[in-house]
Amino acid sequence: MSEKKNNQVSRRQFLNYTLTGVGGFMGAAMIAPMVGMAVDPLLKADSSGDFIYVMDVDEITEEPQRKSFSIEQQDGWYESEAERTAWIFRDENGDILALSPICTHLGCVVDWETGNQDNEFFCPCHNGRYDSKGVNIPGTPPTEPLHAYEYRVEDGRLYLGRANPRGGA
Amino acid sequence: MLQKLYDWVDERLDITPIWRDIADHEVPEHVNPAHHFSAFVYCFGGLTFFVTVIQVLSGMFLTMYYVPDIENAWNSVEYLQSQVAHGQIVRGMHHWGASVVIVMIFLHTLRVFFQGAYKKPRELNWVVGVLLFFVMLGLGFTGYLLPWDNKAFFATQVGLEIAESVPVIGTDIKTLLAGDPEIVGAQTLTRFFAIHVFFLPAALFGLMALHFIMIRRQGISGPL
Repeated sequence: MSEKKNNQVSRRQFLNYTLTGVGGFMGAAMIAPMVGMAVDPLLKADSSGDFIYVMDVDEITEEPQRKSFSIEQQDGWYESEAERTAWIFRDENGDILALSPICTHLGCVVDWETGNQDNEFFCPCHNGRYDSKGVNIPGTPPTEPLHAYEYRVEDGRLYLGRANPRGGA
Repeated sequence: MLQKLYDWVDERLDITPIWRDIADHEVPEHVNPAHHFSAFVYCFGGLTFFVTVIQVLSGMFLTMYYVPDIENAWNSVEYLQSQVAHGQIVRGMHHWGASVVIVMIFLHTLRVFFQGAYKKPRELNWVVGVLLFFVMLGLGFTGYLLPWDNKAFFATQVGLEIAESVPVIGTDIKTLLAGDPEIVGAQTLTRFFAIHVFFLPAALFGLMALHFIMIRRQGISGPL
């Protein structure tokens, strides 16, 4: 008899569980949409972006050239034109490379041959260095090569998309 | 696990008496709807508080998207309403809750009034309650402008004219509220926003604390 009683849920416990359960459910129903709203930026699919005309292909040299172009940017309710910059050149195989100037260390802006070395990209913030192909030089802060813009060539005109990591080094 | 964590903290800080003091108190029979169904009238104060909590929470999340600027206010509201996940629901909660909270606070006031629960020794709590009512109305008035649509603009225009009709200092009150003697615009919106999310909520929390401390000291008024 007493053994049986030990396994029983007491009135007080039952009430406690029920109230906690119902209260928890109601609270969750209240909070869930608010949290959903807060994490909305994580749920948004990232847009692929358009390709923008930057320069004519026959103007591309082996020496990196700095080119600016602007993209249509939709930032929530705010539409604007955002400036982008690319270092554009041909490598020894004649392939086109359009590099993003954003340092892969902490996001400062790199420049061509402004450090002590020739033929290198240089980041002034922490002396980050990249070789002439934008590959980071080991022993300097950057952890990967400069990102490269997706590109398209149509009718001898170069169009750039978004910059992606290249991997390696 | 949770129990162990609780015990660990309780052993060091003796927190049990703190929450017991808040949570453990008997509900008198005449206030318990399980005994007399008509006792549901005692729920309105608690419901006002419950809706207020919803208003505070949903409002906090709304400010993640809202900007109090005449160029962007409406666009940001439209964006959070149509593009943000559950934005429509959260803004809906804040919009409808604003009305519900006024209804609840009014019913609560009616109950206290017709039961004569405001009489000695509870006069001070009545005064604080009336102040809370005014703060709620202020929150409703200032919040109404924030979406910056036509309805908001002209409702505020009218509200400001009403403030202006106060003898002698009316014009000054209007200028103080609108931030400009003539224009209802950029400065009005930032003012109303500041009042809506900082000043009035601060007053609300202070007054609510007083309201609750007093009711716990004095207890609920006896049966009729």
